Amino acid sequence: MRQKVLTYAAPIAVALAAVPFVLPPYQTILLSYGLIMAIAALGFNLLLGYTGLLSFGHSAYFGVGAYAAAFLVKYAGITSIEAFLLGGLIASALVSAIFGFICVRHTRIFFSILALALSQVLWSLALKLFWVTGGTDGLRVPTPTLLGGLVQTTGDKLVFLSRTYYYLVLVVFGISVAVMWLIVHSPFGKALQAIRDNETRAEFVGVEVRKYRWIAFLVSGVFTGLAGTLWVPLNGLTTPDVLYWPFSGEIVFLTVLGGFRTFSGPIVGAVAFNYLKSYAVGLTVYWQFLLGVVLVVLVLALPSGIVGTLSQLRGRLARSAWHEPA
Amino acid sequence: MDTLVLQVLNSLFYASILFQIACGLTLIYGVMRIVNLAHGNLYALGAYVSGWVLGLLATPGTQPRMWFFVLLLAGAVAAAAAGAILEPTLLRPLYKRAEEYQLLITFGLLLILEDLMHMVWGPHPLTSSALPDLLGSSTILGATYPNYNILVIAIGFVAALGVWAFVYRTKFGVILRATSQNMRMAAALGVNVKRVYVQAFTLGCFLAGLGGAIIMPISGAVLGMGIEALILAFVVVVIGGLGSLEGALVGAIIVGFVRTLGIMYFAEIELAVLYLIATIVLLVRPAGLFGRA
Amino acid sequence: MNLLETRQLKKYFGDTHAVDGVDFSVRQGEVLALIGANGAGKTTLVNVISGLLRPDGGTIRFQAVDVTHQSIHDRIKAGIARSFQLVNLFDQLTCLDNVALTVFAREGKTQRLMTLAERDRPVLDEALELLRQFGLEPKARMTAAGLAQGERKLLDVAVAYALRPRLLFLDEPTSGVSTREKAPIMDIITSIVRSGKVTAVIIEHDMDVVFTYSDRIVVMHEGKILADGTPEEIRRNEQVTTTLLGTSAPR
Ligand SMILES: Nc1ncnc2c1ncn2[C@@H]1O[C@H](COP(=O)(O)OP(=O)(O)O)[C@@H](O)[C@H]1O
Ligand SMILES: [Mg+2]
Repeated sequence: MRQKVLTYAAPIAVALAAVPFVLPPYQTILLSYGLIMAIAALGFNLLLGYTGLLSFGHSAYFGVGAYAAAFLVKYAGITSIEAFLLGGLIASALVSAIFGFICVRHTRIFFSILALALSQVLWSLALKLFWVTGGTDGLRVPTPTLLGGLVQTTGDKLVFLSRTYYYLVLVVFGISVAVMWLIVHSPFGKALQAIRDNETRAEFVGVEVRKYRWIAFLVSGVFTGLAGTLWVPLNGLTTPDVLYWPFSGEIVFLTVLGGFRTFSGPIVGAVAFNYLKSYAVGLTVYWQFLLGVVLVVLVLALPSGIVGTLSQLRGRLARSAWHEPA
Repeated sequence: MDTLVLQVLNSLFYASILFQIACGLTLIYGVMRIVNLAHGNLYALGAYVSGWVLGLLATPGTQPRMWFFVLLLAGAVAAAAAGAILEPTLLRPLYKRAEEYQLLITFGLLLILEDLMHMVWGPHPLTSSALPDLLGSSTILGATYPNYNILVIAIGFVAALGVWAFVYRTKFGVILRATSQNMRMAAALGVNVKRVYVQAFTLGCFLAGLGGAIIMPISGAVLGMGIEALILAFVVVVIGGLGSLEGALVGAIIVGFVRTLGIMYFAEIELAVLYLIATIVLLVRPAGLFGRA
Repeated sequence: MNLLETRQLKKYFGDTHAVDGVDFSVRQGEVLALIGANGAGKTTLVNVISGLLRPDGGTIRFQAVDVTHQSIHDRIKAGIARSFQLVNLFDQLTCLDNVALTVFAREGKTQRLMTLAERDRPVLDEALELLRQFGLEPKARMTAAGLAQGERKLLDVAVAYALRPRLLFLDEPTSGVSTREKAPIMDIITSIVRSGKVTAVIIEHDMDVVFTYSDRIVVMHEGKILADGTPEEIRRNEQVTTTLLGTSAPR
């Protein structure tokens, strides 16, 4: 395992850390968006890939994380990123605890619909209670302070976002990956996979299925909420769009794109999707169409996604090399 | 008094449309155990096609004629045709795979259809608002109400009766119910399951298309109407019980009335209230009011 | 002393009286065979006792405590475990993880989110030792889905046994396995159960299999208990032989 960390994680970490020095600011910021979506997708995939629950409502937690930061700015005048992150964690934990408690009473399509329905409640509230949430105009979030002002955050916004903020995102991303990696490899993570494979048997080896699903939901929501909080200062604005179901659809999409039966699938999918989206939106107004076609092709032809397909290919190559006469 | 009558009629009007959408959704689920997320887009397709056909005729100067109403059926037929193509090509390869994949592919279809309508018919709504005026209006218990809307309510009732008779009173209905109860057993008894599936799917799409077609003269064919319909239809079937036709009817009526009330008294949180009702139903009666299991 | 006792236990499926007023008891330390033709109600009886189904009437007492309305989880903690007639495993997990998960759950360690499962030597060693006992050690790193039917049946039993239960129900541990494989599987299972001093109820519908392995035999027929006795007594019981001869007993 230590070897795996050295051969994969370490070079990637070094490469990611070098990005602001190599790529132009715009590219660095684009990558930040990708890493943020990766955190959201990691959370989402704890439910889909590891627990077998497909949520069509994860926009809710992303949105709660985003609005939590925006509310801190609007109603408390706080602009510290540490406070944002703390507030986002608490708010998304609360909301996902409540929504999760309701959703895990069901499985399969009923779970998916309930998750969707609850997220749409939040969306319609954000849209309609405009005197609180700013309605369709959304809420603005200024450049935050870091470490209580110890780190210089005033000045050129582009420089701040492509340097300081990028590293902040990178650090949070790194911690999220490590924590999620631990969770899915912990005894708890094994219990979730057991539930996914066979909930009756899981119950009969003494796993309290509903409780474990609920905890998984909570953890999942918190990760996605954290992503929402990180996203807001980068975007400068949050609107009800991040609560709306197509955004949940994007999270589902990018996870499937990367491959939901693997740990790294959602990360790869999020980053790849982020590039795909930014270029497709520039090229065509029909980018939903494009997404739809890609999704259909994925499901029909490459159900294990980018990462799954690559590792199958590698497995096949290794096997054929093995059988080659010396 | 007359506002009350109006509210009731409006609720029934909503309920009629909602029933036609939800009925297809629930029928397809009941028989095939698939939730078609693109179902709302077939409803939108019905609206667009009928709006387009009528638009072709509405050259400047021509007055709408009575027989134009028949052309509304074009939307329903188009949606049915789309269903008859989609089921064998996209869904059939997935029946043996995990449920996630079925949901994902219909989600992909939703994205495709949404933009396809945008591509073909552009960003502007299609409508033929002159058509309903042909029928004039009536006074019912002191309230004046357009005859076309009454026709829509009537169509909803006829659709409900028709589907009921079809499922419970015809030989095909027996086969349909047998397949829905136990697909393997039905197949072993010689039922051509593939054919039943494509027929059920086509019928469901036809109903959705019909709903879209008859609402088009009133609210037009607009982008995004499919999603809105899908979400409301979900609420309907969750309340009524996924897979139950009676449930779709009762659910549609409940949602129809709550919407009317909502628009009057709590317009801000109307959707939220609907979802809360659905959530409460799912908590108290997980299978919905009429669901089995 | 009776470890388990049911009184007038009932479970109906519509008109089918699958379990119809059953007084069934298991004594501490015995290996009991529960036999009867297909559809006699054996699986349903175990489903009700283990908590998978709610009874329509009657009571279940385990170690003198009424467990009739307890959750599955509480019954497992009290010491009732079971295997399944149709193999019921965590198909995408490895053999080792199938058993290790059970040990984790038994030890209350599945509540740990922040420790690596594969670093827990005591649990892994215990799981490996269990696999070795069941002859599955060479397959430890294979997924459960990749095993042969006989191995899957053994793993199903191993998963239940890993809970270290006081009372272990094994529902047809050799069903779906070729006749040739049956005896070796039963040998492995009964020797483990006896050396571990676990009280066990083994369901079979093949009478020949059980005579050799059990201390006592209970015969079910159409939801009721038809006979109860030592293998010798059951063999001599004419009512049993005539009832079962008609269905599954060998010539
Ligand atoms: N879930 C169920 N629903 C309806 N009938 C059932 C169910 N489970 C078992 N039965 C019926 O109960 C009877 C007893 O079945 P079972 O306990 O499986 O018998 P055995 O295990 O002795 O072969 C059978 O007639 C069977 O068809
Ligand atoms: Mg049985």
